[in-house]
Amino acid sequence: MSALTMVRQFGEVLLAIAIAPLFAGWIAQCRAWLQNRSAPPLTQPYRMLRKLFHKDVALATDASPLFRMTPYILFGTMVLAAAIIPSVATDLPFARVADAIALIGLFATARVFLSLAAMDIGTAFGSMGARRDMMIGFLAEPALLMVLFNAFLLSGSTALPSVVEASTAHPFLIDPSLVFAAVAFLMVLLAENARIPIDNPATHLELTMIHEAMVLEYSARHLALVEWSSDLKLFNYACIGFALFLPWGIAARGADGALTLGVAVIALLIKLIVAGAALALIESLSAKLRIFRAPEYLATAFLLAVLGLLVHLLLGA
Amino acid sequence: MLPIAHFDAALIARGLPLLLLLVAVWIGLGLIGLLRPHSVRFVARVVFPLGAITCFALGAVAAHFLVSSHAPEVMTLPLGLPDLPFHARLDPLAAFFLLLLGLAGAGISTFAVGYFRSGQGTAPGLHCLQYHVFLASMALVILADDAYFFMVAWETMALSSYFLVTSQHRIPEIRRAGFLYLLMAHIGALCILLSFGVLQGGRWQFTFDAMRGALLTPFWASAAFLLALIGFGAKAGLVPLHAWLPEAHPAAPSPVSALMSGLMLKTAIYGMLRITFDLLHIRYWWWGVLVLGVGLFSALFGAIFAAVQTDMKRLLAYSSIENIGIIFTGIGLAILFAACGLPLFAALALTAALIHSLNHAFFKSLLFLATGSVLHATNQRSLGKLGGLIRRMPWVATLALIGTLAIAGLPPLNGFVSEWLLLQSFLFTPQIPHAFLNMLIPLCAALLALTVALAAYVMVKFYGVIFLGQHREPSLVHAHDADWMERLGLAWLALGCIAIGVMPQLALRVAGAVTGALLGQAVNLSSPFWWIAPIASKQASYSGLILLTGIVGVVGITFVMVRALAHGRIRRTASWDCGYPWQTSRMQDTAEGFGQPIRHMFGPFFRMERELPAPTDTTPHYRIHIEDRLWRALYLPIARYVQRLADWIGLLQGGRLAIYLLYSFLTLIALLVFVR
Repeated sequence: MSALTMVRQFGEVLLAIAIAPLFAGWIAQCRAWLQNRSAPPLTQPYRMLRKLFHKDVALATDASPLFRMTPYILFGTMVLAAAIIPSVATDLPFARVADAIALIGLFATARVFLSLAAMDIGTAFGSMGARRDMMIGFLAEPALLMVLFNAFLLSGSTALPSVVEASTAHPFLIDPSLVFAAVAFLMVLLAENARIPIDNPATHLELTMIHEAMVLEYSARHLALVEWSSDLKLFNYACIGFALFLPWGIAARGADGALTLGVAVIALLIKLIVAGAALALIESLSAKLRIFRAPEYLATAFLLAVLGLLVHLLLGA
Repeated sequence: MLPIAHFDAALIARGLPLLLLLVAVWIGLGLIGLLRPHSVRFVARVVFPLGAITCFALGAVAAHFLVSSHAPEVMTLPLGLPDLPFHARLDPLAAFFLLLLGLAGAGISTFAVGYFRSGQGTAPGLHCLQYHVFLASMALVILADDAYFFMVAWETMALSSYFLVTSQHRIPEIRRAGFLYLLMAHIGALCILLSFGVLQGGRWQFTFDAMRGALLTPFWASAAFLLALIGFGAKAGLVPLHAWLPEAHPAAPSPVSALMSGLMLKTAIYGMLRITFDLLHIRYWWWGVLVLGVGLFSALFGAIFAAVQTDMKRLLAYSSIENIGIIFTGIGLAILFAACGLPLFAALALTAALIHSLNHAFFKSLLFLATGSVLHATNQRSLGKLGGLIRRMPWVATLALIGTLAIAGLPPLNGFVSEWLLLQSFLFTPQIPHAFLNMLIPLCAALLALTVALAAYVMVKFYGVIFLGQHREPSLVHAHDADWMERLGLAWLALGCIAIGVMPQLALRVAGAVTGALLGQAVNLSSPFWWIAPIASKQASYSGLILLTGIVGVVGITFVMVRALAHGRIRRTASWDCGYPWQTSRMQDTAEGFGQPIRHMFGPFFRMERELPAPTDTTPHYRIHIEDRLWRALYLPIARYVQRLADWIGLLQGGRLAIYLLYSFLTLIALLVFVR
């Protein structure tokens, strides 16, 4: 592990931390355009974070240490996940710490902590949000695993760097199973990141909230960290998607000079811009589902992933 | 100086006599407890700590055996019937389960020191005897090397645990639970006995060594396997033989629940592995599919039922069914791979099953003991009357949080390691050389993922309802934290959860010795201790230690940065709750509420009786009763059938002497005819 790889690793993490709010801001901006509203500036998420960090925390009297620790733990897991996901280069010291399945586990850790924190104050909305979020979580997990199964069948590995390297070795070989898997992954991404059609990040109606209901009791720097980690989670999910389905541009091991890295960063930005616009389009075109339609939605995602798997096994056999 | 050192080395080199000695110490300790049977002080403060030390020593000897030699050791004991002596054997499989028994048992016994108080049913001295005989019989089940010794130890285990379960025998439900447990234990024991009867292959030699050599036809091998699956499945709580488990585990005092759930269920896993991978010389692929199917169904069933429970110990009991299901899933996959000639993947699946057994011993014991502390502090078992205990019992709450995260299968704790390994082994199922299996089995991985994620849901419910939120009853304000021996026991188990989680390679090496002995193959054991890459580092790798350090590091840096760049001011206020000022603790989600989405989605699994209040009710009353469909569909018909059969046989009992004389006469005639 040379000093250079460490520098690259830290550069990648800092890039993720820095542009994750920007990505969320970009989606919000696209959404506003599509809905004929005047868009907030791209820097709005940063202003929000700055404002929140400088406010005083208003903490419920009976909040336990768990409640106060959770925002930091969320942020920690998301930053670590950003270090593991090969978004710019594959030769990262942290990339082998967890494979894609372990990454899902890491996200689950964050979700459980947030759910526990939501139940800590003991308000009606908090525990309701926790229950719903855990429900979405267990429904999404089988679909996500089947998506990873697809990737494993193509590359023989669940470690994201190996997946990327395997698919960059044959850049023009698109397996039909990947198309199914990609759609399934997109559906899971929307559900896991509390976006329409499962949850509405901009909602003000408490009874329909999932993610927002859990963070109602947070304020100031705690809220800032929670929001920042949600942005990072969305960014991380997008990067997992890029690694699995659109790995073009990511600097592979051995071919990662300054120029390739620069190209990789630009490729990442372009992918984020396109993906953000696509997400905004999907969110503008679809309506939020009733909470008990969520199983159907995620079952569809699961079946698509299974279809991909069967397509691969049948065609490959 | 030198001779003593030499003597020590010789003694340690022979692990088996030392282990048998430790087992004898347990029985001795149990008898010592009878000296002053009514003194809680003597039993709890003197005998139980010695028992805990013995546990630890047992675990240490087993660990030493696993890391040093692995060459099997055998002994013939001067006990048993004439011509039928007891045989004992120590091999890696036995040592692994003794390690589990010793290490988890040490924590449970330490906790028990602080737990037992006077006035709890059975006298403390008697309780101590039953407890230590229970521990000793579990160790002997694992060490037994012939069917006779095995069955004696197995029955001793069932009986001693029956007495422990019914220690508060004045309560009718507990007597009923105890009876059900005893009944199922004996049905299971009968099947195991028959299985051994088949395994000896007509040579009437009941040592395991003879059974290894017996050549069975495919039919008889399958019969032995199926009988073993039913027998050990009944003990382990596989669906549909699980009905006793959610009754018996909550009935017992908490340390006993922990022993039963954490350790006793593992003896069934041990027995299953012993027969399938050691005594039977062949394996068929459909055995694997069967075990896999039953295991997965049990896992899903357990998780779903755990999600709708309202009693904290019943919830954990159902969660045990789920975890046993996961372990059996691993075993089934291992059988399948082994039968298809893929020993490396079989080793991977078996490693996952073994490590999950070890993990479950730690986290389930930890959680059962934590419920014991909660029970002592609040006298409440119903989740609907708990809440907010993190503020009253910070020690128990913190340690239980570790167990909760571990059992929910979250990195970087131990539950994740085994589930990850199991999912990894599922990834290789498309390589099975059967046209349909290679497409169907991968889908089972999704079911496993669903179960694991459901387990996380269940555990959020468990922890959130007990420890977080507001007190649901005013009396909870007086709840007190556990005493320091209880904390020590809990902390030991929590430490185990963390240690296996961050240094999984140690568990992998220990399990590698077992798979090496059973399958002749082990997964990649050459990684450093903080790193696992079971097949190849390029394929998949995981490091709990780096993950934990990474999270702690980022959390620390973030904390310092936030304080340095912004500020650390805090204002304590009332909770916000969207501006609603009159909220009470009754407005939180209840245990029933948390189970509602599960009831909604998995409706066909349950038999529900619900009384909903009408909108006009002035005194609204809500009642829900959830039952296992299998109880009415399977158990009650069988019970009725047995009852009817007994009634018929009862007709023989005329109650008049002449009739009985007639029976004797007829028997005599029949025998004469038959003999002639």
